[in-house]
Amino acid sequence: MKRLVVGAHYGLRDWLAQRITAAIMAVYTVIVAVVLLNDPVTYDSWKALFAQGWMRVATLLFAVSLAWHAWVGVRDILMDYIKPDGLRLTMQVGTLLLLAVYVGWTIQILWR
Amino acid sequence: MASASAKKVRPKYLSLPALLFEIRLPVPGWVSILHRISGAWLFFPFVAWLLYLLDKSLQSEQGFQYVKTEYLALPVVKLCLLVFIWSFSHHFCAGIRYLLLDIDKGVDLKTARLTSWIVIIAGLALTAFFGARIW
Repeated sequence: MKRLVVGAHYGLRDWLAQRITAAIMAVYTVIVAVVLLNDPVTYDSWKALFAQGWMRVATLLFAVSLAWHAWVGVRDILMDYIKPDGLRLTMQVGTLLLLAVYVGWTIQILWR
Repeated sequence: MASASAKKVRPKYLSLPALLFEIRLPVPGWVSILHRISGAWLFFPFVAWLLYLLDKSLQSEQGFQYVKTEYLALPVVKLCLLVFIWSFSHHFCAGIRYLLLDIDKGVDLKTARLTSWIVIIAGLALTAFFGARIW
């Protein structure tokens, strides 16, 4: 029997995406925490850290992961607590815009 | 069993005193709601705030010095940073617990309660550790 479960097909993909992005962010966090704990940060070392190619790519990967992860999480929160459809949709659009701004801002900071 | 349930007054309404003093959330429930609250805070305003700090500190030498020696030296800013550190630490630890639960590790009640306590304490311990370094 072929069943069409309307509106629920995105569940597994989002669930998986939230977990994969979480793992990516966890690895980045541990690496950055170790780097920062090793020696006191000066402007030169801070600048040099973010001038490295791997750090820029890793940070961008973190930002994109965060946006995807937070989108799933915030959407879950809005679906649970915001009942009026119009308000929820508005807040979801606002969430997407804010996350897009975050990613754009990150790119701007990294490749200035 | 029938007599035990007969003693209780049903239906039970969710009055404020009942919410505050009678209905107690189990520890895994606390981890869960704190995971949600910390996640919401991290999304906004903390990501925006951290991007502002990253932007400012990478812009110029003056910007970096301002952030490091002036802005982050303000007690109220340090307090905000502390809230961020706790939010991140708790969200991080609770998240790892959920990843383990997803692969069926620690799903029995006893272990689930134990790992919940570990998550809460680890979150606070990480906050104390990093808090001591910034203060």
